[in-house]
Amino acid sequence: MSDETDVKQLISEMVTAIQSHTISNNYAAPLMIGIKTGGAWVANRLHQQLEYKDPLGELNIAFYRDDFSTLGMHPEVSPSQLPVDVNDRHIILIDDVLYTGRTIRAAMNEIFDYGRPASVTLAVLIDRSSTRELPIQADIIGKTIALKAGEHVKLLGPEPLTISIDTVRNTGTQNTG
Amino acid sequence: MTGNKIQLDKNGNLKHFLTTEGLSQSLLQSILDHAESFASVGERAVKKVPLLRGKTIANLFFEPSTRTRTTFELAAKRLSADILNLNIATSATSKGETLSDTLHTLEAMHCDMFVVRHANSGAAHYIATQVAPHISIINAGDGRHAHPTQAMLDMFTIRRHKKTFENLRVAIVGDILHSRVARSEIHALSTLGALETRIIAPQTLIPKDVENLGVQVFHDMDEGLNGVDVVMMLRLQKERMRGALLPSEYEYFQRYGLTSKRLEKAKPDAIVMHPGPINRGVEIASDVADGERSVILQQVSHGIAVRMAVMAMTMGRSPEDSGDKK
Amino acid sequence: MRIVIKGGRVIDTANSLDGKQDLFIADGKIVGLKKEPEGFESDLQIDAKDKVVLPGLVDLCARLREPGHTYKATFQSECQAANSSGITSICCPPDTKPVIDTTAVVDLIHQRTRNANRTNVYPLAALTLGLKGEHLAEMDTLRRAGCIGVSNGLAPIESTEVLRRAFEYAHSCGLTVFFFAEDYSLKNNGVVHEGPVSTRLGLPGIPETAETIALSRALLLVEQTQVKAHFCRLSSARSVSMIATAQEQGLPVTADVSICNLHLTEMDVADYNNDCHLQPPLRNERDRKGLIEGINKGVIAAVCSDHQPHDADAKAAPFSQTEAGASTIEHLLPLMLHLVNRKEIKLEQAIAVLSSQPANILGIDKGTLAVGSDADICILDLDSSNSVDKASLLSAGKNTPFKGWELPGQITHTLFNGNVVFQQD
Repeated sequence: MSDETDVKQLISEMVTAIQSHTISNNYAAPLMIGIKTGGAWVANRLHQQLEYKDPLGELNIAFYRDDFSTLGMHPEVSPSQLPVDVNDRHIILIDDVLYTGRTIRAAMNEIFDYGRPASVTLAVLIDRSSTRELPIQADIIGKTIALKAGEHVKLLGPEPLTISIDTVRNTGTQNTG
Repeated sequence: MTGNKIQLDKNGNLKHFLTTEGLSQSLLQSILDHAESFASVGERAVKKVPLLRGKTIANLFFEPSTRTRTTFELAAKRLSADILNLNIATSATSKGETLSDTLHTLEAMHCDMFVVRHANSGAAHYIATQVAPHISIINAGDGRHAHPTQAMLDMFTIRRHKKTFENLRVAIVGDILHSRVARSEIHALSTLGALETRIIAPQTLIPKDVENLGVQVFHDMDEGLNGVDVVMMLRLQKERMRGALLPSEYEYFQRYGLTSKRLEKAKPDAIVMHPGPINRGVEIASDVADGERSVILQQVSHGIAVRMAVMAMTMGRSPEDSGDKK
Repeated sequence: MRIVIKGGRVIDTANSLDGKQDLFIADGKIVGLKKEPEGFESDLQIDAKDKVVLPGLVDLCARLREPGHTYKATFQSECQAANSSGITSICCPPDTKPVIDTTAVVDLIHQRTRNANRTNVYPLAALTLGLKGEHLAEMDTLRRAGCIGVSNGLAPIESTEVLRRAFEYAHSCGLTVFFFAEDYSLKNNGVVHEGPVSTRLGLPGIPETAETIALSRALLLVEQTQVKAHFCRLSSARSVSMIATAQEQGLPVTADVSICNLHLTEMDVADYNNDCHLQPPLRNERDRKGLIEGINKGVIAAVCSDHQPHDADAKAAPFSQTEAGASTIEHLLPLMLHLVNRKEIKLEQAIAVLSSQPANILGIDKGTLAVGSDADICILDLDSSNSVDKASLLSAGKNTPFKGWELPGQITHTLFNGNVVFQQD
C-alpha cells in the first residue's frame, strides 16, 4: 500500500503533533519510549527529529504479554532498556500499529514497574480503527486505516520503513497492537 | 543420552530441566539468552514481571538447602508465580507414604511445576516419569548426578566474562566423584564448545572412566591450572575426611587449595568460580575468594536470572506441545 | 495315568540323546523311550511332532517369596510361572523371612511345595545364623530336614575366620556351599557396576574387585578346607578365568550365572531403568562375552533365572532406593534360546546348563529323561516366538528388564511327576 515517502510524511506530521501536544500540556522535557520492534523504529526517527536530550527508551513487552500461557516464550527476547529514571517524567510512548490495545496495556504495566511517571502520552503511526478490545486510545495518530476482515497491517523496517497490508489467515489469538 | 527423550516435548522445547547432558548447543545458548533478558528485571524498582501469574510452583526439597531453595523462590516470585516450599525429610517418605503418594498429593493441589532436590541420583528423572503431563520438573540437584541450573548459571557467568566458549580452557578442581555440579558443568562445557575441560583432584575423588565424558584428568594442581581461562572450585564436604578419601583438610589445601600463587599458573585474565558455600582455607584461600579475579558473588546473582529463564521456558509452551494440558 | 508323547525330537543332555522318539510315562515315571513297553495303553497322547521334548528344567536360584514376602509373590503364583517356561525343579536361597536357619522354615517350605504340587523345591540352608555372618547355622540339622546345600544368600560374611570355619563345618557335614562372592566394604553402598555409566549417572559404583577379591578369598579357603563350593551369579569375565584356573587345579568348584548377565550390560541401566537394578550388577560387554565364553568352555555349568519378583512399590523410587532383582523365571528358557539364535551358544549347551548340569550341582536325580526317572518333562515349540509384555506375566512380580523383547520358543506342555501342570492355550 505504502512507500517510504508516505511513512516519512506521517512521521513528520507526528513530530508536529507531539510538539504541540507537549507544549499545550506543559510537558517539560518529555521522555520517549518505543515498543519493540516496530514502535522502536518509529520512535527512533521521532526522537532524532524532536532532538530530545534524554536517550530513547525501548520496551520489550514479552514478559508482560497476556498470551504467554498459550504461546510460550518468544524465541528471541532482547531486554528492555530504560536508561533514564521514569519517576515523575512525562512519557511519550510510541508504537507502530494500535490494534487490540493489549500491547499498550502490557507496555504501561512494564513502565509502572520501573516507577511512577507523571503522565503517559500514546502516539502511534497507524490506528486500526474499530478493533479495540481494551479502553485504550492514542493521543497522536499518524494515520487511521480501516481494514477488511482478514487483512493485516505491518510495519517493515528498519530501513526503509514501509507499511504493508497482507491478507493473512486468522490464526486466532495473536498479540498484535 | 540421559534425559534427552524426557526433557523435550515433541517440538523440541524444554519441558523438564533435569540435566545439561544431551541438550543441543542452541537450546543451552537460548537459556543463556533468556537469562540475559531476565537479568535486567532484578535491576528495576519493581523486580517482578507478570509472566507466570497464576501459576503455582512447588519447591520440593527432600534434602535441605537454604541457598538453592531461596534463589528458586526468588526467581519464581520475580515471575509472579505462587510458590510453595516443602521440606520433605526423607524419613517421612520412608514411613509408609511413598514418593508417588507425595507427588500425587501435590498434583491434586494443582501445582504446575516442581523444583526438586533429592539426595539420590536420578530422583528428578524418576519424578518426571511419574507426574501428570502438564507438570514441569526442574532438577535442583539429585545425588551425584546433576545440578543443571547451577551449571547454567556458571556458563552464564563465563559467557559474560569471556563472551564465547570457543578456545576456552576450563579447570574444575575438587571432589568430582560426589559432585553433581561438576557433572553438569562438564556436559554443558562440552556442548557449548569449550576447547578443553580439565579436572584436577586426587584419584580418590575422581569417578571411574571419567575420561569418557571428554575431560582431561590431572592429579597435580600446578600442571592442571597451567594456561586455563576459568578455574571452577568445588566445595569439599567435611564428611569426606571421615572415610579413607583424604587424610586431612590441611593436606588437601596444601595440594589442591587455590592460592594466589597457584593462580599465577592460569592465564592472567582467568576468572575464579565457586558454587558456594565456600570453605575458606580448605579449597580456596580467602584472598583469592575475595580477590579481583573472583566472580563468586556474580554467580549468585546470575543464579536468579538463569532460574527465571528455565522456569519461563519450561512453563511457556503452547498447549499442543505439552500433551493433554487444558 | 499313562501318557505317550509322540513324534518329538527328544534331547537329553544327561544321556547324550538327541533324536526323534516316543516317550512313555506311567505312574509318574518315564517307563519307555522309543520302544513302547509291553502292554502299554495310554490314557493321553500328546502329539509332539515338530516339537522338542526336554527334561523339566532345573533353576538353581529363584525366590518364591515364602515365607515372609507374600506381598511380592507366592509359591502358587511363581510355580505356575515356572511351569510356563518348562521349569519343574527350583533351588531356593535361604534369605526368606524368617531365614532358613530352623527346621520349622524348611517344613513350611515343604508344605507349600506339596500344596502347589507343580515343582520340586530344594531349599538351601543358611550358612550362618540369620545370615549375619557371625555364628554357624545348624547345617546338619537343616540337611536332615531336607536342605540340599548351604548358603549365605547375598549377605556378606565379613570375617574371614567365620568363613573359614563355615567352610570347614559344611565340608564335615558333606554339604556343598553355594557362595555369592561380593566384598562388602568394596561394594560400599554401590548399586551399579563402577564404570562409565555409574560415572555419568552419578550412581555409586560396585567395582569389579568387589567380586574378584571376595572370590579369591573364598577360593583360597576352598583349597584349604576342600569344601565343595558352588559360586553363584558370576558377573565378570575375570571371575570366570579365576574359576577356570581353580578347576584346572582340581578344586571342587562349580559356578553359575544369572540369565540377565548374559543379555544385559551397564548400558541398559542408562536413563535409570529400575528394572535393571540387579545384584550382582550388570557389567560391561566384555564381561558379558566372558560369561558366555565361560559357558561354552564348560567353566560355568549352569544358568539360573535368579528370579526375584517384586511388588510395584519396591521399584517405584529413585534408582538407588529401589530393591535389586528382576522377575525372570518365565523367560529363562526363551532367553537361552535367544542366545542360541544369535549363535552365541549351541542348543545342546543351552539345554545342558538348564537341566542336567544344574541337577548335577544339586546332586539330584533330575534333568534327565532316562527310563526310571521322574516324569518331569517339557515340550517346546522352537518355531513360535513371543514378545515380553509386563501385564501378561504369570509371575506376581512384573519387574522384567526384558519388556518388549521378542523371544523365541514357546513351551506347549509341562509335566510334573507325570501330570500335565502347564498346557499352552
